[in-house]
Amino acid sequence: MGRRTHTERDLTMIATRDAYGEALAELGGENDKIVVLDADLSGSTKTGVFAKKFPNRFFNMGIAEANMVGTAAGLAAVGKVPFLSTFAIFAAGRGWEQIRQSVAYPKANVKIVATHGGVTVGEDGGSHQSVEDVAIMRAIPNMTVIVPADGEETKGAIRAAAAYKGPVYVRLGRNKVPSVFPAGHQFEIGKGVVVVPGTDLTFITTGLMTAAAVTAAEKLKAEGISARVLHIGTIKPLDKELVLQAAEETGAIVTAEEHSVVGGLGGAVAEFLAETRPTLMKRVGIHDRFGTSGKSDELLKYFGLNAETLIEEAREIVSRKK
Amino acid sequence: MKEKIADLEEKARRLRVAIVKTLHKSQSGHTGGSLSAIDMVCALYFHKMRHNPAEPAWDGRDRFVLSKGHAAPALYVTLAECGYFPAEDLMMLRRLGSHLQGHPDSKGTPGVDVCTGSLGQGLSMANGMALGLKLDGKENRVYAVLGDGELQEGQIWEAAMAAAHYKSDNLCALIDSNGLQIDGDVAKVMNVSSISDKFKAFGWNVIEIDGHDMGQIVAALDQAEAHKGAPTAIVAKTVKGKGVHLFENKASYHGVTPNDDELPEALRCLGCCD
Repeated sequence: MGRRTHTERDLTMIATRDAYGEALAELGGENDKIVVLDADLSGSTKTGVFAKKFPNRFFNMGIAEANMVGTAAGLAAVGKVPFLSTFAIFAAGRGWEQIRQSVAYPKANVKIVATHGGVTVGEDGGSHQSVEDVAIMRAIPNMTVIVPADGEETKGAIRAAAAYKGPVYVRLGRNKVPSVFPAGHQFEIGKGVVVVPGTDLTFITTGLMTAAAVTAAEKLKAEGISARVLHIGTIKPLDKELVLQAAEETGAIVTAEEHSVVGGLGGAVAEFLAETRPTLMKRVGIHDRFGTSGKSDELLKYFGLNAETLIEEAREIVSRKK
Repeated sequence: MKEKIADLEEKARRLRVAIVKTLHKSQSGHTGGSLSAIDMVCALYFHKMRHNPAEPAWDGRDRFVLSKGHAAPALYVTLAECGYFPAEDLMMLRRLGSHLQGHPDSKGTPGVDVCTGSLGQGLSMANGMALGLKLDGKENRVYAVLGDGELQEGQIWEAAMAAAHYKSDNLCALIDSNGLQIDGDVAKVMNVSSISDKFKAFGWNVIEIDGHDMGQIVAALDQAEAHKGAPTAIVAKTVKGKGVHLFENKASYHGVTPNDDELPEALRCLGCCD
């Protein structure tokens, strides 16, 4: 299904937020219970596509995220399926306690789709680069946390979120990212995907780092290192089966995410394996610091969020196995 | 109508007795704010709102949001009196395993639609409900009871702005203005006055009443329903701890319950002989 090899890989670049805008507008035509809220960023989050098509079901709440979250909870309480969007830093950050109290605690059917996650926000700088949203959303009971790898997976994730009854946090990015999955890829909440098979180590990755891991695995192959790439689209609930299998079969794990290594995917995998099967591990991500201004590709390099870092970590961890 | 008002007043008296007994049993919970809000909650459930205790999720119901969620005892005794759940449940308030949580929880209590208690969030949810009901072309109304101290939360004013912007005339906020909060006088802790002027400035229809005068409460609720084009705020002057002189106008009774010594006197004040 979602699994593919290098030869099949296409080089289409699409921003996950663009895929979201398209998917949401499409879903809006299928389900009239879907309503959309934004906080003055509908052009950037791409909810504007839905707004144009279904103006009556779109609510611009102005620059007031806390109220937006509560309003969405109220809409859900009368049977609507609200999607709310703004940048990750404002959705998860400003809206955290509202999400906790008004959405997750009552298990309200609210979908929080946060765009501009991570450092690829770029020039706007550290104030706007959310490096902790996955961690703080993951800590909330009842919350499902999804970080798609590409446009195709985003479309599936949005569809799955709409079909699921309960709170969902989906983290998307600003920039165009390479495709990992083929058209029509079926997304299932809580299921990881082995994108590249391998036996010496496993890259457990999420978001745009999955494409980087595929590149790293290809290069490592030439060195005789067989790297598996396990994409985790749903950080919570974690696909424990595939993570445990990776630990058992490859004995070394390198996690990678465009997020702090504290509490995100790396944290989730470490917590799980520490209690079930302690395994050699490295966490690639942002090491407990804030972002900074720069071009997004410069920042990915600056923070070591690329195939080169993954290759170095893979070599190192494989050498430690021996 | 006079008879109706007298009935409501008697109902409210009985609900006050239930609040005192419930909080005496639980020895944990908020006495003052429950007693200040109960007349309005009583008028809503026994006069104004369309609802069906036999079918809590009835589609045709009006919605109620207790934004000042710490007044949960006022809501719980009212729901029990309506028949949403057995009155015996009240004796389990705040106990492990009880559906009657310290603050309203929609997951467990029949008749509770949203979770509240973290102040400042209820008006947003109420407006979300109002927007959703309008979208469906329904005439149902949404009522939210807020505290005056709660108005210090910025989110209230975000919600006030949005409700006026979207002309949510199916939304009515009742402000239980008892003038006290945990640390003392609202005016001294953080002055929110003038509440009426603030809501007016945000584009709301404002009605000022005595929040313990059943006739004024009922009239205000009717006026609110008749007002079109803007949400209504009923700013109700109330007395914290109303009905029991031991608790009246004492900030110290915000989160303190009647003890064994106080119970007989409290019940006597409420005309209760048991």
